This record gives sequence, C-alpha cells and structure tokens, in this order.
Amino acid sequence: MELVAPTREAFRLLFTGDPQLWRIIWTSLYCSMIAIALIAPFAIALGFLIAKVRFPGRRALVITVQGLLSFPTVVVGLTIYMLLSRQGPLGFLHLLFTPEAMIIGYMVIAFPVLVVFTLSAVQGADPRVYETARSLGAHKLLAAWTTLREVRFGVMASIFNGFGRVVSEVGCSIMVGGNIAGLTRNIPTAIALETSKGEFAQGIALGFVLIALALGINAVLSFMQGEGGMT
Amino acid sequence: MTAHLLRFEGVSKRFGERVVLSDVGARFLSGESYVLTGDNGSGKSTLMRILAGLDAADAGTLEIDGRKADLRAYPEWLRGDIVYVHQHPYLFDTSLAANIGFGLKARNVAAHERHQIIAEALAWAGLGAVAHVRPSKLSGGEKQRVAMARAKVLHPRLFLLDEPTANLDREGRQRVLELIHDLGQGENCVVVACHDQELIQLPFMRQLRLEGGHLTAVQRYPTKPISARQAST
Repeated sequence: MELVAPTREAFRLLFTGDPQLWRIIWTSLYCSMIAIALIAPFAIALGFLIAKVRFPGRRALVITVQGLLSFPTVVVGLTIYMLLSRQGPLGFLHLLFTPEAMIIGYMVIAFPVLVVFTLSAVQGADPRVYETARSLGAHKLLAAWTTLREVRFGVMASIFNGFGRVVSEVGCSIMVGGNIAGLTRNIPTAIALETSKGEFAQGIALGFVLIALALGINAVLSFMQGEGGMT
Repeated sequence: MTAHLLRFEGVSKRFGERVVLSDVGARFLSGESYVLTGDNGSGKSTLMRILAGLDAADAGTLEIDGRKADLRAYPEWLRGDIVYVHQHPYLFDTSLAANIGFGLKARNVAAHERHQIIAEALAWAGLGAVAHVRPSKLSGGEKQRVAMARAKVLHPRLFLLDEPTANLDREGRQRVLELIHDLGQGENCVVVACHDQELIQLPFMRQLRLEGGHLTAVQRYPTKPISARQAST
C-alpha cells in the first residue's frame, strides 16, 4: 500500500485549511466539548456523592456505573436512535441525525467515565479536607467544592478521559448522527468512510488530528499532575 | 469571675460493641484553658470531634449562649463557633493567606477586611517570614500555627486542639504553647487533648481525664463539677 503520497496529501489538507476537513474536525470538537460541558457538573456531583455519602443501594450503583464504562457505544447509539426515531417516544423533537443527537449520545457515553474517575479521586482525598472546611464554618456545598478543588487533578483527569472517549467514538456517532457531510460527519466516522472508499489522505490527516489531540490531552494532564505533585 | 461558656451533657458514643463515651458531660468557662488527657483510644479525639460536629454522638446535648443543640444532629449555626484543629492539620493546596482566610470567606467577610485580618493573624502566629511559602513546604510546627491562626480569625467560642504539640521539636512546641496560652486569654475557651506532660503541667491548664468512657476532673485546682448530672444543674 502506498503511504507516502497520501500522508503528504494529508499534511497539505491540514495545513492549507481544507474547509471540508476542518469542518469535520470542528464537528468532533464541538460535539465532544459541549457534551462534556453539559454532563460534567452532574457526573462530578454524583461521583462526589457516591464517594462521600453512605446510602442504601450505593454498592449496586457503583457496580452499575462501573459496568457502564464497558458498555458498547454502538448499543448506546441504538438506544438513543430508538428514542429519537420518528416512532420513538422522543421522535417529536426531530433530533435524529443532528449534532444535538450526537451530543446526547456523547453525554451518555462520558457520564460513567466522569462519575467513576471523580469517585476514585474523591475517595482518595484526605478526609481532613472536608472536615477542616466544615469545622471552619463552610456549608456542605462549599466543603464539597473545597474537596473537589483539592483533588482537581483527578477531576481534570476524569474530564480529559471522558473527552478522549467521546472524541474518538464511532458507533454512536454513526447511529444517531448518520455521518452526514457538513453536518454530523466527525473525525472517527470520516476516517471509517474515507478508508472504506480507499481515500487514505483525508483518513490519515484526521488520524493525525486524533493522535495529536490524545497526545495533547495527556501532555496537559501530565504537566498539571506534575505541578500538583510539586506543591 | 469567669463566666459559664458552654455545657454539654449525656454524651455517649459506641463503635459496635465498644463503648467509647458513656454519659459524658462537662461545662467550660470562658477565659479558661483545659487539657484533656487519657490513654490512647480513651475517646479524647472522639469527644472533640463530636463537640465540633465532625462525628455524630449516639446521645447528648450541648448548650452555648442559652441555645441548645442535639449532638446527634449537629446544627449549622454551631459551626465556626467551635473549631477543631487536627493533630496533623490539613492545609489547603493554596496560599497561606487563603488558608487563614478560608473561614472568613465562608462567612462572606469583605475582601479588604479579610486581608487586614489575615495580615494580623500571620503576625500573631509569627508566620510573616513564610507568608509566601506553599503550605506543603512548611514544617509541622508552622502548619500547626497556620491552623491555629486559621481558627483564631473566626473568633470561635471554643477551640478544640487535638495533640497540637505531637511530633514537634522543642522550639516548635514552645511557640505552639505560647499561642495556646494566648488563645485562652479572651472570652473564649481552649480545650487541648494531649499526652504532652509539659503542656499538662502548665499552671493555667485545668485538667480533665477520660477513662473507661467517663470524664473526670483532676483536682489540681478547684474546678467546676463535670459529671453529666452536675453539669445539668
């Protein structure tokens, strides 16, 4: 297989600002970031509550959320497809094959990642953080916020991992987004499509973007954790 | 004449089958300092944590300024009035000033006022030279003094200090002892749980002892009755 020419073409597309390519990249980033921004507050709050509060069914909830981590994203897509399809209970919203449908799917996929990572971070937090805050007169919400701030590197890791999971996700994107050019085609679905057509240049270019994103996220996280360890 | 500041009575706590506190009560007088002694596991920290609202009692009430609180469900209005300082205080991963100002910020004290109070507290605790050092870089004694300054700025009625001189070198201990003495000078009250004989023997300290789940006064000085029944009178 000839790789040099497609790779050269891939760089040309990337650095000449090919609108079609950059539209795909933008769709990926937009949908992923909006989904994470919308779901993160709820997921982080739930992760904190599960870590800090003992309640009946807590163990079952932890097992369920952990189980959702390995839930096939295509099944998430299928479920949302059925809900949003014309005959589905949410069909009246006309969201199927739109970026909004992809955002909903990404929120569902990212949710357990954020919850489990936050849970782990808060469980690892020094219990004196919350106690000190409470003893100094902080109300429960402020004490919780203080705890999350103290384990911010773990919380940031949960956000980055959630983002990494959805930005590289194919199954749900195709199911609920439909891989429509200029609307819902994102990096992973475009790579799958272009490769199936034998058009490697765009696939390679988008692959570089995904790899760069993954490396960038890990670099930022490592840098922040390094800073955290220095304090 | 010293005034009655705070009274608690009927405080009980058990962990499983083990009774740690059994119908414990006492009253504290303003301007007084108390040292709480007892063997390891005698319940000193448990009692302090219950009084600070960090653990719930199985039974017991606390009265301060004529207001009564159920120690099974600690009321929010009491937080900040009774401040507990851990044996190894936790300093938040932020600046020293932000640590000392944490409680003030929680009380919505205005920023300019807060800065003034923090500056005074840093000077009080002798921390001016390390004001810009990250908390994690401070020595054990310095951390203890930051925690005491952080509590002091709130003007709580009761300071609960858990083993404040443990693992400190001679100089660090001396400085902490001076601060403890200073904390007990006002209208408030200081209770220190410790094994430190030097601290226990300080002339201004009234000694209480926890043993077998019961609190007794060590009659070195005339003290007020401290049994639950007497405390309620």
